[in-house]
Formats: sequence, C-alpha cells, structure tokens
Amino acid sequence: MIWLTWRQFRGSAAMVAAALAALAAVLAVTGPGLASGYAGGLAECTPDDTCARFFDRFFDAYHTPFMAVGLVVLVLPALIGLFWGAPLITRELEAGTHLLVWSQTVTRRRWLATKLALTGAAATTATGLCALVVTWWSDPLDKSAPAGYALMDPLVFGARGVAPLGYAAFAFVLGVTVGMLVRRTLPAMALTLAVFAAVQLAMPLLVRPHLMPPVTATFELGDANVQSFGVQRDGGERPQVLLDSAVPGHMGSWVLSSHLLDPSGRVIAGAGESATIAVSTTSGPCSPQQVGPQGMAACMAEINRLGYRQLATYQPLARFWPFQWIETGLYALLTLGLTVLSFWWLRRRVS
Amino acid sequence: MTSVLEAQGLGKRYGKRWALRECTIDIPAGHVVGLVGPNGAGKTTLLKLACGQVAPTTGGITVLGGRPAGGRGQLAKVGFVAQDTPVYAGLSIAEHLRLGARLNPGWDAAMARERIERLGLDPAQRGSRLSGGQRAQLALTLGLAKRPELLVLDEPVASLDPLARREFLQGLMEATVEHGLSVVLSSHLVSDLERICDFLIVLAGSRVRVAGEVDRLLATHHRLTGPRRDPGRLPAGQHVVSARHTDRQSTFVVRTEGPIHDPAWMVSRLGMEDLVLAYMDERPAQGPRVALEVRR
Repeated sequence: MIWLTWRQFRGSAAMVAAALAALAAVLAVTGPGLASGYAGGLAECTPDDTCARFFDRFFDAYHTPFMAVGLVVLVLPALIGLFWGAPLITRELEAGTHLLVWSQTVTRRRWLATKLALTGAAATTATGLCALVVTWWSDPLDKSAPAGYALMDPLVFGARGVAPLGYAAFAFVLGVTVGMLVRRTLPAMALTLAVFAAVQLAMPLLVRPHLMPPVTATFELGDANVQSFGVQRDGGERPQVLLDSAVPGHMGSWVLSSHLLDPSGRVIAGAGESATIAVSTTSGPCSPQQVGPQGMAACMAEINRLGYRQLATYQPLARFWPFQWIETGLYALLTLGLTVLSFWWLRRRVS
Repeated sequence: MTSVLEAQGLGKRYGKRWALRECTIDIPAGHVVGLVGPNGAGKTTLLKLACGQVAPTTGGITVLGGRPAGGRGQLAKVGFVAQDTPVYAGLSIAEHLRLGARLNPGWDAAMARERIERLGLDPAQRGSRLSGGQRAQLALTLGLAKRPELLVLDEPVASLDPLARREFLQGLMEATVEHGLSVVLSSHLVSDLERICDFLIVLAGSRVRVAGEVDRLLATHHRLTGPRRDPGRLPAGQHVVSARHTDRQSTFVVRTEGPIHDPAWMVSRLGMEDLVLAYMDERPAQGPRVALEVRR
C-alpha cells in the first residue's frame, strides 16, 4: 500500500519539492547578506541612537520580498489542501479505481490510513521546511519590522514558526474529507478552498485574540503611539491627535484596540480616528509661539500632564511562541477530528 | 456442498430507492454463476454487497462463510472486477502487476506475467492507453492472479466488441477450469452467459426472479401453446411464469416438476434466453415493465 500511495503521489511530490528547493536556494543565497546588512546597520546606529530610522530604511528596502515569502507560507497549506487533499480520494472515486484497490487484499481502513499518513506527512514536512527557511531568512526583517508587520501581527504570525504545520495538516485532511463527502474533484477543491479560507480568517479575527486574556493598560502619549499630532501655526485650531496601533515600551505587540482617553477617562477617539485635545493654544507649551520643531515634545508633555492617555489592549510579543503552540494544537485537534470523520464516513457511506 | 454465497432477506436502499430487496439466494460452490437482468435491476448492487463494497440495509449476506470484506482473510478469498474494469490511468501494466503483488499475500506472479505475455500486452503500456478489451484483460488478470476462491465480475464484457468479448470469456473459462474457482458474473446480455454459465440468477425490478442450476431450470420449465385458456385452470403443480393470449390461442411458460399430460398443449423446451425473458416478463404486483436487451 505504501508503494502504491507513493507511486500515485510521486509526481506532485517531486513538483512541490522542486519548487521548495528553488525557494530555499534563493533564500539561502540572499539570507546571509540580509543578516550581515542588519548586523552592520545595527552596529552603526546604536552609538548615535538612530536605530528607529535604520529599521525603517532597512525594512522598506526589503518590503516586497518580505511580503512575498510570507505569502508563500500562507498560501502553501491552501494549495496542499486543494491539490493533494481534495483529489486524494475523489480521483479514485471518479475513475472507479477505488473498486480495483479495495478488491485487493487490503482493508479500506488501511488503504485510507496509508494514503492519509504518507501524503499528510509530506504535506506537513513541505510546509514545515518552507516555514523554517522563511522564518530564518526573515529574522532580521522581523526584528526591524514596524507596527503592522511585527511577528505577532496576523499576516506575519501565520507565516512563521510551527503554526504553518498545523495549517498544512488541517488543510490536507480538510481536502480529503470534503472530497469524500462531495465525491467530485472540482467541487471538492472549491469547497475546500472556501472552508479553509474561512477558517484562516476566523482564526486571527475571532479566536487568536482570546487564546490568552489580552493585556489592557493605559500609556502616556509619545512618539511610539501617536501617529500624527498637528498644531496649527496660527493657533486657530486646537491640536489633533491620531493614535497608532502600537504601545510604547512593548515593541512588536499585537495591538487589538487603541483608544484615546480624555482626563476624565472617557474614550474620545477609537482606532483610526483623530481627536481634538482641549488644551490652550493661546498660551503655554501648545501655543503657536512655543510650538516649533523642538516644541512639539513640550506640547505633548503638557497634554500628558493634563491627563490624556492611550488605552490599549494588546498581546505582547513574548506570547509569540505560546500562541504558536496553542494554535498549532488547535489545528491539530481539528485535523484529528476530520480524520476520525473521514474514517467513519469511509466505513458508513463511501462505496 | 458448501455455499459460496448465501443471502437472507438481503436489501439495499439508496436514499428512498431500493436497489435490491428481499433477496434470498444460496449459491453452491464450484459454479459459474450468471447474474442476468436489465440495466438498473440491482445486479451491481448485489455484487458489491457480495464483495463488501457496500453494506446491506436489511438482511444478511455470507460469502465463503464470512462477512464480505470482513478482514484481510476474507478479502484474499474474493476477487472482484468492477464494472467498466477500472485500472489506474497513470500506472503501466507492469506496475499494476506490482500493485497486485504488493497488496495480495497469495499473488501468483508467474501466472500474471504469463497471462499478460500470452495476451500480447506490452508491460510498459500505461493504463490510460489500453483499449477496452486490454483493460478488461488486465483487470481480469489482477483478479485471477490474486488466486481467489470466488471471482466476482460486474458486466466485464459490456463495453467490449464481440471478438474481445469472446476472448475475454474464453480466458475466464480456462482460468476457472484451471484453478477450480467459483465465478459470479453479471451481464444484461443472455448470449454472453449462455456459453459459460451453469447457474443462473435472474434479477429484475430489484428482486430475484429465479435462481438455480441452468440444467435444472431448463428441465423444469416448458412453453405450452394451445387453445385459449385461463391460467387459473392449469393443474396445481404448474406455476405460470408468463402468459400470452391471442383471440384463440394461449402461450404459457410454466415451471413444473412433473410431466405435462394434457394433450391439448403443444409442449416445447425453452432456451436460456426464453427462460430469462419469461421471468423478465413476469409482473407480480404491478412491478414496472422491464426490457431486456437481447443480442445474438
């Protein structure tokens, strides 16, 4: 049975292996240069404390490849579910060859178990290797990523560490199970894609924020958490503050919500909204006379003194690995459930 | 003699439709069994039940003393060649034989090789490039080289031309004699079965109409032709299978153990095809009229 499974699978396995080898080769060639560029830049910027600017410059230079390799890891499990999972059984059902193989001296359970185990192992190995290479290559970029591209952010989180293993196993078994239920390849592929995409969206939107209770805290306003801060030179308008999805002192956190509180503790602006600060613009640090390139900081200090704060809930970067393991475990459970369902369905309904 | 297949009240329902119902048969070992009936009569369902490809909805079935597909031991004893003789399109003939060798403990590699050679097939040829006849022969080779005690074939010659049909059935007959196995094969063509079967099951409207050894069936069935008469006035021992009337004449097909003495009848023997047609014609309890494709 192992021989037959391998014989049926080796074509597509070779194709994926070749594609992965090509990707790995490209990343292996460019990876060391990336790492040394980061180390060099970091050594240069540390003495004069300009690392924030270096990080921005460095990340911007590699923004496109960074997104591309991340996308490869995100898409690979879906492709595996579509092209390895869904046709695994439907191809046999459509050609009638399941009847040929079932009339050999091999039980149906063993037939399915071998197919699932061998192809599933290949699926997780391929995705695991891909994620490993990408995680290694992206390490300098992950360290310099701005808010929105940090390790904990949904797009990046799913393309690093061990979670892709869970995605791949789940997508594969999902494809197989849907294939058994639908019995035809194309509809099974379409349905697999739809369900997998839905799960992959629901996970970061609905489930992942609650894997551990998020941290809620208030922060003083500063460069780290204020995206724009405007004071008009003629003093006609009061200053406007727009908060960023970041919290000061916890670089790389996944900020779930960020609100601006006024001195009484009332929320005056949510995410992406700017709010007017009730601070005197006729005299004091925020008056046009005082506000200059250096005076912005003084105005900000005045606003903080009045009691304006950022109220943020966030998942700190330190939870990256716990989250990775929990999420991988969740997908492993889903995979197990679908596997049980597929065996049950095989016994009861497929014929 | 032991039974190769025993079914009691066997039934299989797909959704609301009964594909097979109230099937009770007992097939003794050592026969070539022909399962005949129109398309959609339940032949494939009965054969799939026998191989354990599907599970019965009602009743029970025992094949060679065991539950169909009830484990490796049972699987090894029963060979199955499915309808349209599927083979793997991407695998060569040699790889199919390797598949058989890997998946069957009792695989007869020499016999498989020898058969392929005798048929003049190129072992390197892929399944997708085989003709219908070659595919059927390959599937039969897989079924035979497994060395089963019972070989089940579902419409194995349906898609073959007359020459390939004859070759296939001949190969099957030779193997049957050589290895002493029991065979059950289905067809909607009586002519295919006439030459090789010594046991007949007629299936129509998802029910078994008649089952028995061909010689015995032919000996106990007669066609009676004579003046028009009501079937109810026939002697008690004569069971009417089919009846046809014109204004003045009646034609009955009857089953009876005893001789027919009534001098009013012209009695003639039935061929297998007449017999099958008579049972297809039988319409108990407004069953749907079934049509049989007849081919000479």
